[in-house]
Amino acid sequence: MTNYQDITLQGLWKNNPALVQLLGLCPLLAVTATLINGLGLGLATMLVLIGSNVTVSLIRNVVRNEIRIPIFVMIIASFVTIVQLLMNAFTYELYLTLGIFIPLIVTNCAIIGRAEAFASKNPLLPAAYDGFTMGVGFTLVLVVLGGLRELLGNGTLLTGADRLFGEVASNWTLVIFDTETPFLLAILPPGAFLGMGFIIACKNALDSSLEARKPKTENVITRARVTTDS
Amino acid sequence: MKLTLSSSPHQRVKRNTSQVMRLVILAMIPGVIAQVLFFGYGVLIQATIAVITAVVTEATFMQLRGKNSKFALNDFSAILTALLLAVSLPPLLPWWMTVIGTFFAIAVVKQLYGGLGFNLFNPAMAGYVMLLISFPAAMTMWLPPFSLTSIQPDFIDSLTIIMTGFTDSGYSTDQLRLAVDGATMATPLDSVKTALAQNYTYPEALNQPIFSNALAQSAGAGWAWVSLAYLAGGLFLVKANVINWHIPTAMLLSAAVFSFILFIANSDAFASPLFHLLNGSLIFGAFFIATDPVTASTTDKGRLVFGALIGMWVIIIRTFGGYPDAVAFGVIIMNMAVPLIDYYTRPRTYGHTAKNARKQ
Repeated sequence: MTNYQDITLQGLWKNNPALVQLLGLCPLLAVTATLINGLGLGLATMLVLIGSNVTVSLIRNVVRNEIRIPIFVMIIASFVTIVQLLMNAFTYELYLTLGIFIPLIVTNCAIIGRAEAFASKNPLLPAAYDGFTMGVGFTLVLVVLGGLRELLGNGTLLTGADRLFGEVASNWTLVIFDTETPFLLAILPPGAFLGMGFIIACKNALDSSLEARKPKTENVITRARVTTDS
Repeated sequence: MKLTLSSSPHQRVKRNTSQVMRLVILAMIPGVIAQVLFFGYGVLIQATIAVITAVVTEATFMQLRGKNSKFALNDFSAILTALLLAVSLPPLLPWWMTVIGTFFAIAVVKQLYGGLGFNLFNPAMAGYVMLLISFPAAMTMWLPPFSLTSIQPDFIDSLTIIMTGFTDSGYSTDQLRLAVDGATMATPLDSVKTALAQNYTYPEALNQPIFSNALAQSAGAGWAWVSLAYLAGGLFLVKANVINWHIPTAMLLSAAVFSFILFIANSDAFASPLFHLLNGSLIFGAFFIATDPVTASTTDKGRLVFGALIGMWVIIIRTFGGYPDAVAFGVIIMNMAVPLIDYYTRPRTYGHTAKNARKQ
């Protein structure tokens, strides 16, 4: 039986698709100018991940090994189409803002990576749960990076929340500080690269400080004896 | 005759890093004086802000990295970076932008890469480009030279405008930029570029108050003098053997050649070589920026290639790109190419001919 706690830890932290596997960087860097854009794309990616993982897991014993990759791509493409049509219907403005990056979810390596590495080898429930945690992990990074860039660039958070949550959210925008001269670097693509680098650096620093704090276990050295007559 | 006997080493280092850096700072003085004369005290205030930020940042980061911060500060490299950045900035830039730029140059571009000697990119120019991309409007807000302004900000005015955005008497930078005739004035490079973009010819573009006398015809009032002052400082550096002649010569020559090709192809649509040479930061960049020992090429042949390609980029970006000046961009692009240039221009090992080397 697969350990669900392990899957959670892998998806959210140890094997986070954005911070550790560095997959799906193109949409990650391109759309995270605001927090809501990041959240929107993250949720869309998460839906596709769950859908494709479930389907791949269900057909894993039927599909022949030689043609599995084209089949995975077609499954992912179908789910992306579904998500795209849903967004077109219910969150039209967000759909316009994200533009080409919604269909481009098909090419997000994180999704096909999970289909190949996990879903095609595991039963339905763990595969679905893996899709969910990986999606959450990806979304979290998108949200943090988007929030960081929006905060540094414009001094606001949650602008355009109504695009995702409807009319209720139209006054959710938080103005942290007022600025006449937006810090364009944070909003432009170079800021995405820099911000991503800093987030990865923070994660690594956190990891190594946790590692250092851990009580050292006594290493029992075992040596293999290599002799000519063995 | 007395022969002295001594043990090795026989060849001693003539200058250490700190002396080199101080000589470069010394060589900047004529240029800074010219900037003060033509554009006011702003540059001195910017330099003070930048140096303080650089020293504090350098000390903090060396401390954080567990290194000796006093040793790092003693080599003057952080101060030089701050000064190089400060003289490139518009004199009346708001103080917090200078602080952000200097912090970025020292903390991110220099210290995060491992400190002096390990940085890939020229810290001052990377800081400048970061500011230019982030605050394009403020970063192109140069005051016209004093001979053309109606209001000349004195030291106190410059200080209050940098700190608060307004002079004592309530003028903003925008109002100070308004020339006698009420039209905003840009730098010569900017105004020629704008005029050419509006389908004026190059001689027509020169028909603006900023190009009012003979020397100004080629570079705009004031700017030419600043460039010439930096040229004097740069020649002193070459004479004092602080920098090699290769990079500045190659860079200026290639900029001249490329702009000359464009100029003879269509003298109405492209600016003259002299205009390009004396304008913007080309001369300053050739002697003070591109010759940075850490980020430039390290072989003589490589230095020629490095300088020539920067010159080419400057002319290409100035003529066809979106920004009026391009020395910072050119230097940063070529910084990335330095490992490749160095690889292909390795000097011949003594005792081996090129043919032999290939056979082996």
